[in-house]
Amino acid sequence: MGITRFFRRANWDRERREEIESYVQMETDDNIARGMPSAAANLAARRKLGNRTLIREEIYGMNTIAFLDTLGRDVRYGLRALRHNLTFTIVALLTLAIGIGANTAVFSVLNSVLLKPLAYPKAEELVALRQLAPGAAGLASFSDGLLLSPSMYYTYAEHNRTFQALGVWTANTVSVTGLAEPEQVRAVLISEGVLETLGVPPAAGRWLSHADQIPVAREQFGFVGRSATVMLSYGYWQRRFGGDRSVIGRSITVDSRTKQIVGVMPRGFRLVNADFDLIEALVFDRNRVILAGFGFNGIGRLKPGVAIAKANADLARLLPVWMDSWTNGPGTNGQVYKIWRITPALRPLKQEVVGNVGDILWVVMGTIGLVMLIACANVTNLLLVRAEVRQQELALRAALGAGRGRLVRSLLVESVILGLMGGVLGVGLAYWGLRFLVAIGPANLPRLNEISIDPRTLAFTVGLSVLSGLFFGLIPALKYAGPRISLVLRSAGRTASLSRERHRVRNLLVVAQVAMALVLLVSAGLMIRTFQALRTVQPGFTNAAQLQTMRISIPPSLVAEGPRITRIQNDIVDKVASIPGVTSVGFASQLPMEGYGSNWDEIFAQDKTYTPGEIPPLRFYKYVSPGYFHTTGARLIAGRELTWTELYGIRPVAMISENLAREMWGSPSAAVGKRIREFMQAPWSEVIGVIEDVRENGVQEKAPEIVYWPTMMPNMFGPGPLAAMGTVTFAIRSNRAGTEGFLNQVRQAVWSVNSSLPLATVRTMQEVYDQSLARTSFTLVMLGIAGAMALLLGIVGIYGVIAYAVSQRRREIGIRVALGAQQGEVQRMFVGYGLGLAAVGVVLGMAAAVGLTQLMKSLLFGISPVDPLTYAAVPVVLGTAAALASYLPARRAAAVDPVEALKAE
Amino acid sequence: MPRRESPLQSEMVQGTLDMLILQTLILGPAHGHTIAHAIEHGSEDVLQIEHGSLYPALHRLEDRGWIASFWGTSENNRKAKYYRLTPAGRKQLIAQTTRWDQVVRAIGRILKPAAE
Repeated sequence: MGITRFFRRANWDRERREEIESYVQMETDDNIARGMPSAAANLAARRKLGNRTLIREEIYGMNTIAFLDTLGRDVRYGLRALRHNLTFTIVALLTLAIGIGANTAVFSVLNSVLLKPLAYPKAEELVALRQLAPGAAGLASFSDGLLLSPSMYYTYAEHNRTFQALGVWTANTVSVTGLAEPEQVRAVLISEGVLETLGVPPAAGRWLSHADQIPVAREQFGFVGRSATVMLSYGYWQRRFGGDRSVIGRSITVDSRTKQIVGVMPRGFRLVNADFDLIEALVFDRNRVILAGFGFNGIGRLKPGVAIAKANADLARLLPVWMDSWTNGPGTNGQVYKIWRITPALRPLKQEVVGNVGDILWVVMGTIGLVMLIACANVTNLLLVRAEVRQQELALRAALGAGRGRLVRSLLVESVILGLMGGVLGVGLAYWGLRFLVAIGPANLPRLNEISIDPRTLAFTVGLSVLSGLFFGLIPALKYAGPRISLVLRSAGRTASLSRERHRVRNLLVVAQVAMALVLLVSAGLMIRTFQALRTVQPGFTNAAQLQTMRISIPPSLVAEGPRITRIQNDIVDKVASIPGVTSVGFASQLPMEGYGSNWDEIFAQDKTYTPGEIPPLRFYKYVSPGYFHTTGARLIAGRELTWTELYGIRPVAMISENLAREMWGSPSAAVGKRIREFMQAPWSEVIGVIEDVRENGVQEKAPEIVYWPTMMPNMFGPGPLAAMGTVTFAIRSNRAGTEGFLNQVRQAVWSVNSSLPLATVRTMQEVYDQSLARTSFTLVMLGIAGAMALLLGIVGIYGVIAYAVSQRRREIGIRVALGAQQGEVQRMFVGYGLGLAAVGVVLGMAAAVGLTQLMKSLLFGISPVDPLTYAAVPVVLGTAAALASYLPARRAAAVDPVEALKAE
Repeated sequence: MPRRESPLQSEMVQGTLDMLILQTLILGPAHGHTIAHAIEHGSEDVLQIEHGSLYPALHRLEDRGWIASFWGTSENNRKAKYYRLTPAGRKQLIAQTTRWDQVVRAIGRILKPAAE
């Protein structure tokens, strides 16, 4: 039967009626012609025709799709039934709305971050050029693996057979002057091939082109120059130029150098994970690049249909070519890199963007899904109780001829309506929940700006609503639309005494709820323990809330000579130190956990012997000022800190971390006085101090071995005899840190030294520290919420079952009390019942938790997934909650008056 | 008119009424009233049908594409819905009649010895 016919059946019916009417008229005409009086003629005609309504109904029936027809009726009936029992409906709806809402919110994050493709054309072809080098000692400290050197980029770009385009990039901060207040902005430096790889056309103007790559000014590290052109991000274009299109062709001053704006990238464009304000061309001097300089991120676009393995093989083939084509200078041999065992390990760009957030999101999604199951179990319990009350109604409908299938369907339709209504409310809740999620989410949550409730999320919600409706509706429907209905009518009005079978389903549900709640509480407990463990870690600085940090960059184009840079920095230190409340000031190339790419290189020790061609382990190195460790609170383990005299005097001194001292010389005190150097040609530097280990990469990560150099050093590349770190982060120890008044004084102090210096990323060390814990605290909050919800729903579940059992067994209790049972005994009976259910749930839950918590291993720190304390505490908590939840209704049972209870029947 | 049970509804094989309607229409288009009376008269009033039962049958036949309908005017100027045989209906009628003849002959062969 066609669906159009179904909807046009009213038309058909009208036509039939006319046709039949015309029959009656004709027959009447005939009868009159035969001599009947007209009234009798009409009557006879009607009799001849038969039952008109029946005929119409028969035809109507031919044109209908019975399923749809009765479905509509079921929906109306279901709505009426829900309206009838408002308390039930509200409780069930709230439970569902919270469950579905939480699931929708988490799913929309999961969908936006993990499932949706990246916002580049044909994003599946994009890869990050990652490389492993298992043979390079010390490299394990670097989570990025081995980055690309400029010479590698040239070799790969010019000789590959599997890429449409590839390029390298790095992030940086630069200062822009002359627009408003001097400002530090985020820049990305890109080689040719990066924009071609990503394939996103500019919103205005043009891309940086090959012509922009020509070196126009040489900087101290000879192989990197700067171009004369720049592109803007959409955000910066809007913020600084109000989206004015005439900005193309105008000039801005970047690091005291005039650059022409040639284009603007569209809104939402990010370079892999980097949000930026400016794009500058990365300019290598091809004649001067060497093998080394592994400091650049690579990305590429594979040719259509090329698999990652094939591209890996292609690049691996080029590595010997690279070693032969370039050099590290006279007397060096490129083949030494063979011992590094460099292996290309491309990975999909999406994986690079998403990073390790995937683990968290799947764990959170899983826990929220469990909460949904618990909520469904609760609603099932409610429905079971209600179905019991409605047995009379169901039996009556069955007696009037409703088939079992019809009854099951009618009940299911009702619960699916409930599910869908819960879904609608849930989407509303999710909308708010999402803001909360994004607010507490890790600040580095990738693709944050892409998170939204999209059609896929809505489809998920609808699916979830319908499925949960079917899920919690099926058990009561099958149970109560069953064949025993006739029995019910007979026993009408009398409460049957407890039947074991009737409670089995409900007990099972409660056991399942307790088990799932236990799993969630254990996960939440593990996160709390992880958080505790992280808090006890010595990060390598103290009292972070009283440590003010700010980044100040002195561009070489403004001041190039090392001593002058150091003088300015020294003046800033002195001025800031004279602000009331400041106890100490220092600075370093970067503070711990700041996330600026660290420098690293091979470190040689004078008292060690190296075989020719041997590359010593790679070490992090940082540049620090006098008083820096005193300010941040990193303890001096042995020796002493750098002094200003040594800094200005370019004395060959260095400090090292405790773990490096132990590794190289066995003990911190043995390291003092030893001599190290970075290059074969560099002078030896004396180790004057050993500093406690600092968790540079975040609290969770092992503290790397570090060498701390003075911020000014002999210049080996650029002009002038001395070079100094122009871009540094200042650390200020003060009990006024973070207050607005204090920051104003700091700004004035800095500008009194040089008014064109911008202050960037002004924050306290506490913020930096919290951010490094964001991943853990986010997971903790999410699992905490899930655990709390599970506990609450579990309590409600137990309470409901016990309360119901009490109400069903009033007669039995009455008899017991009449026969002399004490109140306490009756209470114990019910509390025991509740605890018994909880105990079974706990045992099952423990078994499940041991298995499931293995999945969150990567999120834990300092504890095992089977942490004894957590596994001991959670059952106690659950047991207490279960006892409480059963005690309340049990007390009511004990208060039953036997006379009343028995009379009531 | 005597009121009797409709033999068509209670005793006749499903599909027989269809065949009779199709047979009636082979003479040309007709409306429901004519068809009902034609069947009654044609059977010399042996087949008394409740005329109303005709209409679901007509609807069913039209649905299967064996007959088609159009609105017209009756002999005494009343609006009436006319039915005509479609080519498919004609084929169906031939098939049904053949089958009917076979059945009748088969039953006849079985009954003959008893009659003799």
